[in-house]
Amino acid sequence: MSSRERILGRVRRALADVPKDDTPYERAVARDYLREHGGRTVEETVGLLAENLADYRAAVHRTDPAGLAGVVAGLLAARGASSVLVPPGLDEDWLASTEVTRVMDRAESTPHELDRVDSVVTACAVAVAETGTIVLDGSPDQGRRRITLVPDHHICVVRVPDQVVSSVPQALARLDPARPLTWISGPSATSDIELDRVEGVHGPRTLEVVLVG
Amino acid sequence: MSGTFIGMPAFPVAARDAVRDGTLRGNLRHATHTIRAKRAAAVAEVSDWAELREAGRRIKDHTLRHLDRYLVQLEEAVTAAGGTVHWAADAEEANRIVTRLVKETGESEVVKVKSMATQEIGLNEALEAEGIRAYETDLAELIVQLGEDRPSHILVPAIHRNRGEIREIFAREMSEWGRPAPEGLTDAPAELAEAARLHLREKFLRAKVGVSGANFMVAETGTLVVVESEGNGRMCLTLPETLISVVGIEKIVPAWQDLEVFLQTLPRSSTAERMNPYTSTWTGTTDEDGPRNFHLVLLDNGRTDTLADEVGRQALRCIRCSACLNVCPVYERAGGHAYGSVYPGPIGAILSPQLRGTGSEIDASLPYASSLCGACYEVCPVAIDIPEVLVHLRERVVEGGQVTRAGNKVVLQPAKGHAAERAAMRAARWALTRPGALRTGQRLASRTRRLHPRTLPGPGRAWSGTRDLPPVPAEPFRDWWQRTQGGKGAEK
Repeated sequence: MSSRERILGRVRRALADVPKDDTPYERAVARDYLREHGGRTVEETVGLLAENLADYRAAVHRTDPAGLAGVVAGLLAARGASSVLVPPGLDEDWLASTEVTRVMDRAESTPHELDRVDSVVTACAVAVAETGTIVLDGSPDQGRRRITLVPDHHICVVRVPDQVVSSVPQALARLDPARPLTWISGPSATSDIELDRVEGVHGPRTLEVVLVG
Repeated sequence: MSGTFIGMPAFPVAARDAVRDGTLRGNLRHATHTIRAKRAAAVAEVSDWAELREAGRRIKDHTLRHLDRYLVQLEEAVTAAGGTVHWAADAEEANRIVTRLVKETGESEVVKVKSMATQEIGLNEALEAEGIRAYETDLAELIVQLGEDRPSHILVPAIHRNRGEIREIFAREMSEWGRPAPEGLTDAPAELAEAARLHLREKFLRAKVGVSGANFMVAETGTLVVVESEGNGRMCLTLPETLISVVGIEKIVPAWQDLEVFLQTLPRSSTAERMNPYTSTWTGTTDEDGPRNFHLVLLDNGRTDTLADEVGRQALRCIRCSACLNVCPVYERAGGHAYGSVYPGPIGAILSPQLRGTGSEIDASLPYASSLCGACYEVCPVAIDIPEVLVHLRERVVEGGQVTRAGNKVVLQPAKGHAAERAAMRAARWALTRPGALRTGQRLASRTRRLHPRTLPGPGRAWSGTRDLPPVPAEPFRDWWQRTQGGKGAEK
């Protein structure tokens, strides 16, 4: 007998006490929890996102579409970045004002090559106001998962209010589980040493979120 | 379970040194109290906590009641997405599968994201025996690994170490494993974290094989979820060419939508955050993004035996948040090591004796490693009634009865050590129903009080070994009451 059959057999014997006509999944769980916490206007939701991002030590910047290229160029300059990783589908206008060397996101590039790049600029799939979270889904304007991981400086552009939802339930409903998803709430952090929070262990130590709208 | 814990003495013996270690108790008290207060604040922020908790409980219960169906559905979905599913009945089989998979890649080292399941089966030791080195990459796990120590907490395994001890370990051990610690390393947390970053980065960047666990598996879509803070998880899940995930069969949720409950309750319960810094989800393999080969090893190792116990099966709802550890007065004083398993604290006290059976001294003692105060049940985000299971397991240890081991029904004999307790209870019943005998006994005890030993002889030794014997008063209470007319009469 294979281990698969053995384990499934054990499960079935272990559940011999469970009645056969058990409640189906759809009725087994009462979903009377909230879809979002508290009523907010669109502007308040965006404000909450900015507040919660900052609370988790992401740097938050706000601008309009016309000002975006200037903000991105300024952030790269302030960082002293000499190279920036660029996902294949990133809006070219976003980097129009900077002279920093572009490094294209390619499947062949090695982790060591990525480690030599200073910064990365991406879009996002959705942002969650209540938790201060941005979610990347690997779309062409966000690139492969590793490009937002290895460089030490990540600039993420969020279109407000279109890409902002209030809550985790609303975010999941917008996302495609078949895509590789990365949920990011603030920069990399650890509390392993006496529960003191320290930013930046393995992921980017600096996360800057630009809210554009 | 893990070879690391073989031969552990019973909990009271293992805990004795810990409760006398002032540094350890200080470290633990600081950590548990800090996180306890933060958790309460994070939970208070969501007004529907009770509803989320109830939904979490029901999702997990429903899944467990149909576990066979969801396992088969998950297997189909993972396979359809390009992954390969393996089934492991016990620790030995799981280790054999992972070792073979690593060897097939031709590599002799792997990077690991912290995983309770791989600790439970002693994977690192099994790989080592086959000449494969496993690097733990979570900061706390690194501290534990370099210190040749054992984890002491589910979420913060190095909770029992302070910054000075961590600096010591890094300065001494890092060069043995790879990049040495920087010269003049101080005990500032930021400097220690930086040392770990540099030490581990060279391993991440060259790693070809990653090993992980998972917090959740979605049966409907075949999606795996890892929740973490540091980014070491993302490194292990995305940079290697081959990813091997070892996951307990109870970690399934039926549908994508179910994550909306647990992604709200898990971070707030564990690290007291609205959301943990990083959550990664992956469904099989994705072209040119992440590992090219994905293997899922589904682990039983006592879980189906636990499922067979109608009272105890609720322990399988556990999402490993560790909130119960942080509120437990026993854990706070004894620390995680005394529990003799990778699952310490209240949840460990009910999970380990079920996964492993109550055959060993430590497992038979774990249901007693509790004050039954109920704080663990209060904070549990999936409402596991830990006190109920503790009492149920105590009864099993004392009375014996039918249990399932490795899929077979066996009858457990009553534990030997409890014969004295049963005899003492019988004697107490006899004396308390005979007032004359009780009075005589009490007077005799009072008169001989100066001769009483500090510990009991014979079978009573085990009992008094962990308790201070109460001093016998000079005069029995009943005599005092009669002499003074209930305290109204003249004292002396």
